[in-house]
Amino acid sequence: MALLIGVPKEVAAGEKRVATVPDVVQKLAKLGFEVAVESGAGEAANFADEDYRAAGAEVLPGAADVWARADIVFKVRPPTLEEVGMLREGATLVGFVWPAQNPELMQALQARRATVLAIDCLPRQLSRAQKMDALTSMAGISGYRAVIEAANAFGRFFNGQITAAGKIPPAKVFIAGAGVAGLAAIGTAANLGAIVRANDTRAEVADQVVSLGGEFVKVDYEEEGSGGGGYAKVMSEGFQAAQRAMYAQQAREVDIIITTALIPGKPAPKLITAEMVQSMKPGSVIVDLAAEQGGNCELTVPGEAVVRHGVTIIGYTDLVSRLAKQSSTLYSNNLLRMTEDLCKAKDGNILVNFEDDAIRGLTVIRDGELTWPAPPPKLPAAPAKPKAAATPIAAPKGHGHGAGEPMSVKSLAVVFGIGAVLFLLVGLYAPAAFLAHFTVFVLACFVGYMVVWNVTPSLHTPLMSVTNAISSIIAIGALVQVAPPLSDSVVDRPNALILGLAVFALALTAVNMFGGFAVTRRMLAMFRK
Amino acid sequence: MTSSLATVSYIGATILFILSLGGLAHPESARRGNLFGIVGMTIAVLATVLGPQVTSAGIPWIIGALAVGGAIGLIAAKKVQMTQMPELVALMHSLVGLAACLVGFASYVDTSAVFPTAAEKAIHEVEIYVGIFIGAVTFSGSLIAFGKLSGKIGGKPLLLPARHMLNLIGLVLVILLGNWFLNTHSTGVGMALLLVMTVIALAFGVHMVMAIGGADMPVVVSMLNSYSGWAAAATGFMLSNDLLIVVGALVGSSGAILSYIMCRAMNRNFISVIAGGFGSGGGTPSAAGAAEPEGEVTPISAEETAELLRDAKNVVIVPGYGMAVAQAQHVVCEIVKILRDKGVIVRFAIHPVAGRMPGHMNVLLAEAKVPYDIVLEMDEINADFPDTDVAIVIGANDIVNPAAQEDPGSPIAGMPVLEVWKARTSIVMKRSMASGYAGVDNPLFYKENNRMLFGDARKMLDEVLGALSA
Repeated sequence: MALLIGVPKEVAAGEKRVATVPDVVQKLAKLGFEVAVESGAGEAANFADEDYRAAGAEVLPGAADVWARADIVFKVRPPTLEEVGMLREGATLVGFVWPAQNPELMQALQARRATVLAIDCLPRQLSRAQKMDALTSMAGISGYRAVIEAANAFGRFFNGQITAAGKIPPAKVFIAGAGVAGLAAIGTAANLGAIVRANDTRAEVADQVVSLGGEFVKVDYEEEGSGGGGYAKVMSEGFQAAQRAMYAQQAREVDIIITTALIPGKPAPKLITAEMVQSMKPGSVIVDLAAEQGGNCELTVPGEAVVRHGVTIIGYTDLVSRLAKQSSTLYSNNLLRMTEDLCKAKDGNILVNFEDDAIRGLTVIRDGELTWPAPPPKLPAAPAKPKAAATPIAAPKGHGHGAGEPMSVKSLAVVFGIGAVLFLLVGLYAPAAFLAHFTVFVLACFVGYMVVWNVTPSLHTPLMSVTNAISSIIAIGALVQVAPPLSDSVVDRPNALILGLAVFALALTAVNMFGGFAVTRRMLAMFRK
Repeated sequence: MTSSLATVSYIGATILFILSLGGLAHPESARRGNLFGIVGMTIAVLATVLGPQVTSAGIPWIIGALAVGGAIGLIAAKKVQMTQMPELVALMHSLVGLAACLVGFASYVDTSAVFPTAAEKAIHEVEIYVGIFIGAVTFSGSLIAFGKLSGKIGGKPLLLPARHMLNLIGLVLVILLGNWFLNTHSTGVGMALLLVMTVIALAFGVHMVMAIGGADMPVVVSMLNSYSGWAAAATGFMLSNDLLIVVGALVGSSGAILSYIMCRAMNRNFISVIAGGFGSGGGTPSAAGAAEPEGEVTPISAEETAELLRDAKNVVIVPGYGMAVAQAQHVVCEIVKILRDKGVIVRFAIHPVAGRMPGHMNVLLAEAKVPYDIVLEMDEINADFPDTDVAIVIGANDIVNPAAQEDPGSPIAGMPVLEVWKARTSIVMKRSMASGYAGVDNPLFYKENNRMLFGDARKMLDEVLGALSA
């Protein structure tokens, strides 16, 4: 029997996202599920009820209906306790849950004997799990939006221009923390034409920063900040002092600061102090992506944009929701990928398989039993990094037209030496008649060498077939043996045998001669511009 | 026709042959080049037949032989499929080799030749001996290459124990027999020695090609091409015919250069290819500590591929032998046409050793009417991969293996490869996860921006085409 997936409208204030978009409804139907959507669920993200109907979903008028009928509920935000009350006994809930922050919610869900898959508990270090990593896709969106918000509040262009009205310097953007959000912000700001600098305690992200068009600013202190699982850890006091000095300097220089520094389970580190804000140029902008966790800037007011010391400090916590259509689409794709893994049989039923590390990590409650936190994945997922800086092997220069680079003096000398000895031997012992032919032979080799290097590689096959046809010139050898004019002095010549051999050889070469030229012709006729 | 006139005709023919090869420098002039070759050959044959060395008694025989052989050749040329070109070329090389042998034997039994000095007679005999030897090696080697290319013989290299020793013994034996052959005065003994040597040469040719793996076939085919030229040149010395010498030298050096280019494209030295045993992974791919590739293989469907292509601005297609096997070149061309109509920039990247003979891929694409100006060489296109949205690899493996650059322990380390992994997304079409001829695992498949489209190349491309035109 096919299970019904229910998609209620999000109830949190200001939340515009929806857990499933019409495109994904179709794909879920292909997996065998039925889908029911609350009327108006997608409205804020520009998906109309008709779109859902057209995609094959049932549209139900009220949230209660959806909750009551659904075997599986797709949500974005953690459900309210009221919503949990509507959840059917033994049903499955999928969405952000944040079990560590919401102990009451967890208890309520256990009481409903529910199965809960918390998309925020995905073991992100499993590369197989990346396709369902909603945190990453949401972070990317917030990084993009942070730059857009900054540009909105900033009074100048991002890109430098030289116009008739004068020269405009490019905006300088500093991005603290080069995680997914930070990298998205780097790419977006660089695309707008700004000069982008970024810093992260994890040194290995420097290459990624550079690849997106940013410049990696180092902290003048030796310490590795990778805390496992792709997150950063808390750094030592000495490091922090050096880091503060660097931030203070950047604050004086740049126009826009975007902070994305988060440490799991801890309040956001205070990177930007009030003095640093004061030292910034008037009109500068700070976008604090860590506002929800207290903010990376001391002056951030979560959820609001404020002006302090002439600097606009943006602490919006709904950046993702401000791009509701995009974020809904990505989020619902993440859920779809997860559903595919739950429903390998494509029969509209789910199997919560604890052998699967990704599923195991996601499942925080199974049939009312607490299964969180999950044991770390069995596989050593953090790949023993293949030596990133494997010495690149000097690949030899590929061939071009012409004989390539000249030989080294040494090998040239060797070749000439051997050649000279050979010629000396030939000159000492060979009779004159042979030498005449030998001269021709050597010169012909050189002509061949010169001519063939000019042949374009795309014509190498025709070259082979034409040289093959030409090598049937050996027919001449057979021809002169067929019936040569014989002087009477020759008596014991086995004429019949020679004739037979020669005629057979002639027939063989004729195959080549005609076949080779014909097939070359056929091939060359195909080479058209 | 007098002897001088014949000689002058030969000079004309020689020039035409050189022009013929020179014409291949560009597709535009190549057709004319082929025509030069035909005219040159016609002049050479006519000059010989009408010249002083052929009496009228031979004319019917000659016409008969040419007619029979020519008919077979024309039919074969017409019927052969472009994917079978390597086989055809190999087979034709074997004919040249056999012909060289036959002419050599005929020349030996011909007592009409008179030599004023002993040295000249000795040289003549050396020429016969060498000519037959090269001819026989070319003949048997080409036959085996034909068998391997057409799948009649398995592509895996046959590695006899002590194979280098066997070759060496064979070579020494040939030299000793040659010495004996020069010193004997009896035609009967000489003939027997020639025959024994021929048998050794045949075995040598068989053994040499049997020991070479499928991926090295381009080198072998061009090497045999070279041998067939040297065989012709040796015949020329034997018969004191400059035309044969010149043409043989041209063909021989052409084949040698091709072999050299192919070897360089694989970063291998010629001797090691000929010594054989690469195709089996006879090296130590795993023992070399080649890091097991980390990560996950991400499959992709034909529809998703079509979607990626539709959204791309810049697409590069890398064809390999798999495309030839699946006969997929026409479908590829259709896809390219649709994409180009949509304004997508589509180009082909050809690795020098893609396919089973030099230039194989170019011919297949030309057959499918892909314009040659979008078919680029490795050096021309490698720098463009970072700006490429989608790179599609069709049935190729080793030529796109990043291990060649990243892993010094890899058996293919240092081989120049197409850097498809630098494209934003790469899609590899493959039947399974099996490794290529070099027996090396390909880390490309595990890269984050790589997708695998599993299945028969032809079928998958058909589906992509369907999704694109829908």
